[in-house]
Amino acid sequence: MIHNRLCSPKHHCHLSDTCPQIHSHLAMWCSRMALRRLQQVAVTPLNMAGGLTSKVQREMSTLPRVYITRQIPPEGLKILRESGQVQFELWDSDDVPVPRKELLQKVKGVAGLVCVLTEKIDTELLDAAGPNLKVLSTMSVGFDHLSLEELKKRGIRVGYTPDVLTDSVAELTVALLLTTSRRLVEATHEAKTGGWGTWRTLWLCGHELAGSTVGILGLGRIGVAIAERLAPFKVKKFIYADVAPRPELASVINAEYVSFDELAKQSDFLSVCCALTPETKEICNKDLFSKMKNTSIFINTSRGGVVNQEDLYEALSTGQIAGAGLDVTVPEPLPTSHPLFTLKNCVILPHIASASYATRNNMSALAANNLLLGLRGEPMIKELKL
Amino acid sequence: MLMQTAAGKLMKVFLTRRIPPEGMKILSAAGICEVSQWDSDEPVQRADLLKGVQGAHGLLCLLSDKIDAEVLDAAGPNLKVISTLSVGYDHLAIDEIKKRGIRVGYTPDVLTDATAELTVALLLAAARRLPEGVEEVKNGGWSSWKPLWLCGYGLSGSTVGVIGLGRIGMAIAQRLMPFGVKRLLYSGRTAKDYAAEVNGEYVPLDTLVSESDFIVVSCSLTPETQGMCDKAFFSKMKNTGVFVNSSRGIVVNQEDLYAALSSGQIAAAGLDVTTPEPLPTNHPLLTLKNCVVLPHIGSATYSTRGIMGALSAQNLLGGLQGTDMPSELTF
Repeated sequence: MIHNRLCSPKHHCHLSDTCPQIHSHLAMWCSRMALRRLQQVAVTPLNMAGGLTSKVQREMSTLPRVYITRQIPPEGLKILRESGQVQFELWDSDDVPVPRKELLQKVKGVAGLVCVLTEKIDTELLDAAGPNLKVLSTMSVGFDHLSLEELKKRGIRVGYTPDVLTDSVAELTVALLLTTSRRLVEATHEAKTGGWGTWRTLWLCGHELAGSTVGILGLGRIGVAIAERLAPFKVKKFIYADVAPRPELASVINAEYVSFDELAKQSDFLSVCCALTPETKEICNKDLFSKMKNTSIFINTSRGGVVNQEDLYEALSTGQIAGAGLDVTVPEPLPTSHPLFTLKNCVILPHIASASYATRNNMSALAANNLLLGLRGEPMIKELKL
Repeated sequence: MLMQTAAGKLMKVFLTRRIPPEGMKILSAAGICEVSQWDSDEPVQRADLLKGVQGAHGLLCLLSDKIDAEVLDAAGPNLKVISTLSVGYDHLAIDEIKKRGIRVGYTPDVLTDATAELTVALLLAAARRLPEGVEEVKNGGWSSWKPLWLCGYGLSGSTVGVIGLGRIGMAIAQRLMPFGVKRLLYSGRTAKDYAAEVNGEYVPLDTLVSESDFIVVSCSLTPETQGMCDKAFFSKMKNTGVFVNSSRGIVVNQEDLYAALSSGQIAAAGLDVTTPEPLPTNHPLLTLKNCVVLPHIGSATYSTRGIMGALSAQNLLGGLQGTDMPSELTF
C-alpha cells in the first residue's frame, strides 16, 4: 500500500544522475522524496468517517480507552486528541518510565496501548490488560521489548515506526564519524582546559575524508543514506560487505561489493549498518580489527551486540585502529566505569541517532496514526507482521 | 646534480620547527641544502632563532615566529628566501623583507577541503548536541530511553544560509546538500555563477538571517564584516537557529552571542575561531552547553598539513635555486 502511494509515475528521482533507471523499486530508495511523502502521510491527522469531530457532544465513556505509557512528543498526542475517536490517559513524564505496578493497573480494559521501548509487553501485561486490547502501537522501530508470540496468540495487531528515522540516523552517523575523525571531543576539551596554546603543525590533526575509501557493513537504506551524505566530501571509493550483493542499492551510491576481509583491509572509514542477528553477533571482533588499517576509523550506529567491546578496547588502546565512534553499546546505558571511556580515541553517544525533534515528532504521529487505524480495523501505515 | 654556492658548499637552511615528513623528504631529496632545525613541536625561543638563522640562505618558519629586522639582521646577507607554513603572513615584516630583496613563499588554497569538512563537523556537532551527549554518557546522565532527551535540529527539510560563498563557503554548501537541505541561501558583495550548482539563492543579509535554520559564516574579514554578528543579528534569527563561525573571530560580537545563547534567543552555536585565540578558559562561552568551541583546527588533518609542508619545502627550494615557486607571495 505504501509502495503504491510513494511510487507515482510523476515521481522525480533527484538522484537521476546516479540512478540509471527510474524504477518503482528504486523510487523507494530515492530517500528524500519518498521519505517526505511518508512523513506527510504519517503526520496527517485522520478524520473520522462520518465527519464527527471532538466538538460533537458524545458520552466519553463509550469511546474506546487507550493508555499511553509516556509523554510522547506533541504531534502524536495532538492527533489522538483531535481524532475524537478515543479517550486516553497517559503517564505524563518524558524522562521517567511508568513504574510497572502503575502500568499493570492502568492497562486494565484498554482497547489500545501506545508504548515506547522501555516497557516490556509480555504475558503478565497482556493478561492485566484483558480481552479488550486490540491494538499495540510502539513508538520505535525495534521490537525486542514485545512478546510477539503472545500478541499473535491473542490476535492483537502491532504498529511500529520504521523508515521515518532514516534521515536522522544517517545524519547522526555522519556527525559521529566526523566528530571521531576530526577529534572534536579532544579539541573541545583542550579549548576548555587550557591545552590551546600556540599553533603547532600536527596538533589535533585528524584523518580527512577526501581521497578515502568508505566501507559499509550491511547495505540497507541507512547505509545508502550515509554514503549519499559522505560523497561530496570527495570520498574516492565506496565499498560494502553483506550476506549477498545489493545491486539496486549499491548503484545509487556506486559502491563495490567486496568480501568481509577486503572491507576490513581497504576501508579508511568503516560504518556498521547491519541488523543484529545470530550471524552478525560480535562480528566486529579482533579478527576484523586486526585486518584494518592503523589509520582507520570505526563507526557503529546499528546495534551494540554486533561489536565485541573487549576486542575493540584492545584495538583502540594498542593503535591497531585510529579511532571509534559508537552510538550503541552493550549494555545501554554503558556503565561509566567501562574501560572504553578511558580512551581519548573512542567517542560514545547515548543512542541518539533518531533524536531530532522532527523525527521524534514523526515517530509519535506515526504511532498515533497506526493506533487509530488499527482500532478502526483498517490497514496501518506501518504494521509489524507477526 | 648538486647545486652549490660559489664556495662549493651546500646552501644553509634553517627550519624553525619540526615539519611534516613530506616536506622533510623533499628538502633532503633535492640535495642542495644542509638543513638545520629546531627539532621540536613547540615554538623556537627567540635566542635560539637568532642563533639558528646566522648565515642562512633560506628560512622555513611558522606563523608563531616573528620575522622582523632583528631576525633578518641576525641572518645576514645570504638570506634569499623565507617560506612560511601558513596562508597568513602578518608575522613577517614585509617592508624589511622587500627592502632586502628576499622572496617569500606561503600556502594558500590547499586547505579548502579540510576546512569545509571541519565546518560541517562543527555544525552537526552543535545541531545534534554531540558534546552534550558525550558528557551525559560519561557522568552517568544516561539512564533509560526518553523521547525528547538530547533531541537536536536536523538538516532535512531545512534552510541553510551561507554568509560568504567563496571557495570554502561553496565547499561547505556542497557538503550540506545531501542532508536534505530544502533551501540554500547566501549573501555577500555579489552573486556567484557557481552558486547554481547548489541551487543557491542570493539574498540580502537580513533575509538570510531571519529565514535560515542554520547559518554558516565563511566570509573574509573586512571592515564591513567585522562585528557583523551582533545583538541585532541574533535577534533576527529563529530561536531554533544554529549559528556556526569558521571565518575569523572578530566577525562575531562574543558578548552578544553569549546573551543570545543563554537566553534561548538562538538554539546553539559552533565556533572554530574566537577573539582572542586561544580563548581564555574562564570565558563565559565555554560554560554554555549549547556552544561548541574548537581551538582553530579547520586545516588540521595529516594530509592537509602534509601538503602544506610539501608546498613550503618546494617554495623554499624555488627561492634557493632562483626558479619559480609554486606559491609566491607578491608584494
